Formats: sequence, C-alpha cells, structure tokens
Amino acid sequence: MAKVKGAVTIDDARCKGCELCVVACPTDVLLLQPKEVNDRGYHFAFAANPDACIGCASCAMVCPDACIEVYRVVLPNS
Amino acid sequence: MTPEEIIKPENKVYARPRLLDDRNTHYCPGCSHGVVHRIIAELIDEMGLEDNTIGVAPVGCAVFAYNYIDVDWVEAAHGRAPAVATALHRLNPDRLVFTYQGDGDLAAIGTAETIHAANRGENIAIIFINNGIYGMTGGQMAPTTLLGMKTATTPYGRRADLNGYPLRITELLAPLDGTCYVTRQAVHTPAAVRKAKAAIKKAFQNALDGRGTSVVEIVSTCNSGWKMSPAKSNEWMAEHMFERYPLGDLKNI
Repeated sequence: MAKVKGAVTIDDARCKGCELCVVACPTDVLLLQPKEVNDRGYHFAFAANPDACIGCASCAMVCPDACIEVYRVVLPNS
Repeated sequence: MTPEEIIKPENKVYARPRLLDDRNTHYCPGCSHGVVHRIIAELIDEMGLEDNTIGVAPVGCAVFAYNYIDVDWVEAAHGRAPAVATALHRLNPDRLVFTYQGDGDLAAIGTAETIHAANRGENIAIIFINNGIYGMTGGQMAPTTLLGMKTATTPYGRRADLNGYPLRITELLAPLDGTCYVTRQAVHTPAAVRKAKAAIKKAFQNALDGRGTSVVEIVSTCNSGWKMSPAKSNEWMAEHMFERYPLGDLKNI
C-alpha cells in the first residue's frame, strides 16, 4: 500500500491556542507551546511530532481561525 | 521525507480560504463562529458566488461578520435580518441572499421576522448559530438555554416553572409550507464540519434555485459563557445539547 505523508504549517501570530486541533488530530502530531506565547499572549499550537502527520486536514477542519495549512504527498511503494 | 520537502505549493491540500479577510476575528479562542465563517467563505468561493452574494449580519457576537468574509453585507437591526434579507432578495432576485444569526437574534427578538419570512417562503438561506446563551452581552439566559443550565441571569440553573422551556425554533419552522430544507448540524468534529458544509451548500443552492427558505441550525459552543475550555465545551455540547437539539435533517424536499 502506498504510504501517505503529511505536514502542517501553523500561523503562530493568528493562533489563539484553543486546543481544538490538538484534540482533533488522529495521530497526536500537534501540541500547544508549553511556555512560549505569541504577540497576543496565546500558547500557540505547533507540530510536536511532525513525522506522524498523514495530512488528513482534520486539524484545519476544526480550526476556528483558519491558521493551519496542510500538505500531503503519496509516496510510491519502496 | 522531512516536513520541508513536503511543504511545497503542489502538495497543498488545505489553505486559509481566499475570501476570509486577513484580520483576526474578535471571537474567543475555540468559538464555533470562526469555523462557520470559514466554511461559508470556502463555499462562496467554491460555488463562484463572490460577486453575487449578499449576507445579512445580525446583532450579537457575529455582528462584525461583515469584517471577516469578503462579500457584500448589510447589517440589520436586532432580529430583523430575515426581513432585511426579504427586501434584498426581492430587489436582487438573481443574488444569493443569506442571513447569519445567533439564538438571541433569531430565536428571541427576531422570532416574528424569522417565522414570517419562512412562512412566506422567501428564497433566502438562514444560518442559525445556537449556543444556548447570550454570548456577547455576558452569558445571560437565552430562549434556547437548557433546563438546569447556569447563566448570569439564572445562577441556580434554568427552571421550567420560572423561565419556561428551551425553544426548539428549528422544529417550529420545519412544518411551514414556505421552507424547503430545515436541518440541524454541529461543527465540533472534522466529520461534523464536513456535514455542516454540505448542508450550507444545499441551503445556498436552494436559495439560488428559488425553492423556498432554507434553515441550517448549527448547534454551537460558547466556551466563555459556559465557563469551560473549548475542548471541554465541545464534549459538554455532545453530551447535553444534542439531547435537546438532535442533529439531522428535519425537512428536505
């Protein structure tokens, strides 16, 4: 079976740290920054475990601030 | 493959909708309004209606909706969005006219306008965000507040003998002859967001085809008003709100 790999980019400045993407992610890629905050004082989300991403866009679907971009590639069988 | 190798324009599967304005929304973190704004912006773009859509903004948290979605908007007086939309659609019959209203706007002060616009079968789409509370004014009881739910004006929980019962206005609209599509959706999970998007698309298409009034209720959260985290309020909504406001199509002809 072909393997699917994904990646996400998060607009740090726009993220409000609501954690809905963290809950929605089926492969536990995302987390909120434990200490660092953005200009508005929110603990923004980041890809803590990027290798597990499958590019399903579940995080982007539930993001109320539309700050997540999703990329996906289908790798041929090796 | 490293993320840098994957993050290329040709691999992009999801990006911020083009029609969402660049400014940040004033909504609280995790508010359902943001998700619904996003799917409306995506749909208007996908359906090619950018220059052909007029939205009617309500009074309530979504009062600044016209600042966020880059189409034509009219701001209506509190609760009067369906009446304003009636005039807009009668004067511009080839346009898509939709209203975007909360439960304080649509189900409380605007009950008469909502019911009569739906009864006349105006060819508009009504997007109804039901979070069971007055969010903007500080979390007071709304007609849709659940029994036992604590709000600023019912600090010991809503009582049926004192405050009446939660109003299911979508069920009131379904039997009217003027409505063609009445449905209740939510946006708490990725699957629910996709279903809500399909429902709003159908409502927009019905309005364009002149089939009557379409009503899409979105059962939503108000984590600030409910005093919970966004993730917790989604769980609370699935547990309590869906009991009183079950999801699904009430009418689809």
